[in-house]
Amino acid sequence: MTQTAADPEVRHQDLGALVGLMNGAEKHAPAAASTLDVLWVLYDRVLRVGPGTAGAPGRDRFLLSKGHGPMAYYAVLAAKGFFPVDWLSDFAAYGSPLGHHPDRTLIPGVEIGSGSLGHGLPLAVGSALGLRAQGLDDPAVWVLIGDAELDEGSNHEAIAYAGSAGLERLHTVVIDNDSATHGWRGGIASRFEAAGWSAVTVDGRDHEALYAAFTTPHPGRPHAVVAHVEKKR
Amino acid sequence: MNTTKAVEAAQTTADTMRERFVSVTSRLLDEDPRLALVLAEVTMDAFRPAQEVHPDRVINVGIREQLLIGVGGGLALTGLRPVVHTFASFLVERPFEQVKLDFGHQGTGGVLVSASASYDWPSGGYTHMAPGDVALLDTLDGWTVHVPGHPDEAEALLRHAYAAGDDKVYVRLSAQENAAPRPVDGLRFQTVREGGAGVVVAVGPLLDNVLAATEGMDLTVLYATTVRPFDDAALRAAAGRSTGGGADVVLVEPYLAGTSTAAANDALRQVPHRVLGLGVGRAELRRYGTVDEHTAAHGLDAGSLRRRIAAFLG
Repeated sequence: MTQTAADPEVRHQDLGALVGLMNGAEKHAPAAASTLDVLWVLYDRVLRVGPGTAGAPGRDRFLLSKGHGPMAYYAVLAAKGFFPVDWLSDFAAYGSPLGHHPDRTLIPGVEIGSGSLGHGLPLAVGSALGLRAQGLDDPAVWVLIGDAELDEGSNHEAIAYAGSAGLERLHTVVIDNDSATHGWRGGIASRFEAAGWSAVTVDGRDHEALYAAFTTPHPGRPHAVVAHVEKKR
Repeated sequence: MNTTKAVEAAQTTADTMRERFVSVTSRLLDEDPRLALVLAEVTMDAFRPAQEVHPDRVINVGIREQLLIGVGGGLALTGLRPVVHTFASFLVERPFEQVKLDFGHQGTGGVLVSASASYDWPSGGYTHMAPGDVALLDTLDGWTVHVPGHPDEAEALLRHAYAAGDDKVYVRLSAQENAAPRPVDGLRFQTVREGGAGVVVAVGPLLDNVLAATEGMDLTVLYATTVRPFDDAALRAAAGRSTGGGADVVLVEPYLAGTSTAAANDALRQVPHRVLGLGVGRAELRRYGTVDEHTAAHGLDAGSLRRRIAAFLG
């Protein structure tokens, strides 16, 4: 598999142009993707994984559970050198590895194939358990879900179990763009807290706030970050 | 406590397939650091000693079957060999999309081990019956399906499944069994009898009924404990012994009738043939009672099988 070295010149403000390669827009504001700032801060400053360690047993795992709208994800992975930037312009073509939902068997650095909602968090719980069972206590497991995805009951099976089991290496980011029809009375963070998780709610566009939330210590408990972004229009 | 000694002590009397699953898996957890067991309460008490020895590799997620499969898939992503177990209806049917996506779509594998089968607990009613499990797995690519007919065969097939790399394997345990075990290899059908008037494929626990039903008839009887992949070569070879103009084949399966009919037709695509698929009926009986009563109601007792096979052969 070809691996391109990360281009140190690629910065957050360049991601819009990479997304533009996929959707054809000349000037596509990075903010158009609800996940873009979260993904950038994670891959730029938090996750200990890169093109050279994408298969290493001790890497941090990032599982994109909310698989639809993956353009921001692909832009960040390309920016960080997991695959060549020129893959982006063939987005969703028959011969492209990049579809509207990611496939882990086709794309370097992609930990799970997703698209059907509610699979990522249970897979992340299993990953955290599997790493622990092999004595790999250091790698962190991250999973990104959406506030509407949280409707799926499988998430609540995972949240309840992970809290009870005290899976400290498990982290969930919930992108909250107020897209769940029935909402979450009492707030999304309260669902996690009631199950024994550490949870914080932050502005999903504020990079420093996101970084602080991602790196908050949470001894003995899994950690949830609810990242608020503007409502989808 | 040493798990192996505990399970060996418990094995001095005849055990069931499910008990053998507990003893074999507990022992292999000691020997194979790649093996990890995921449970959803069912059979948890029997695995308590193994969990005390291997707390990180004997995982009980509670009564959460979507999570049960998802955790198995996650363990596989980290390189472990997950063994995932509950009753068939809650292992294959309830979380079927997890089976489809959390293993196959991820390019990973694992071993699903079910109990309760089609009607092992008749008084529990339809909620605990899963005659459609093998047919459901037939909609997916690459699942090996083992259907042991005796606890010794269950042990051999479980060991085979655990050692099968990253294969996707389903092991269907049942309280129904044959009187004696046969050597099984996890691959091939065995020829139990040879005859010229037709071929009967008996799957797992139904072998004894088939042998009784076909006593004195001029039939080849094949015994199948690994039904996927289907042993095309064995069926073709048996059909080739037919003395008539074409091959007559009867499938006797302990799950949904006709589940393997398409596989048998595919195996015999170059040969004129007829196939009769016998097995558990699709209609809900809405009856309780005993296993024997349900076997008879589905026409799978020896007397019913003999009449149905004879009528088909003409």
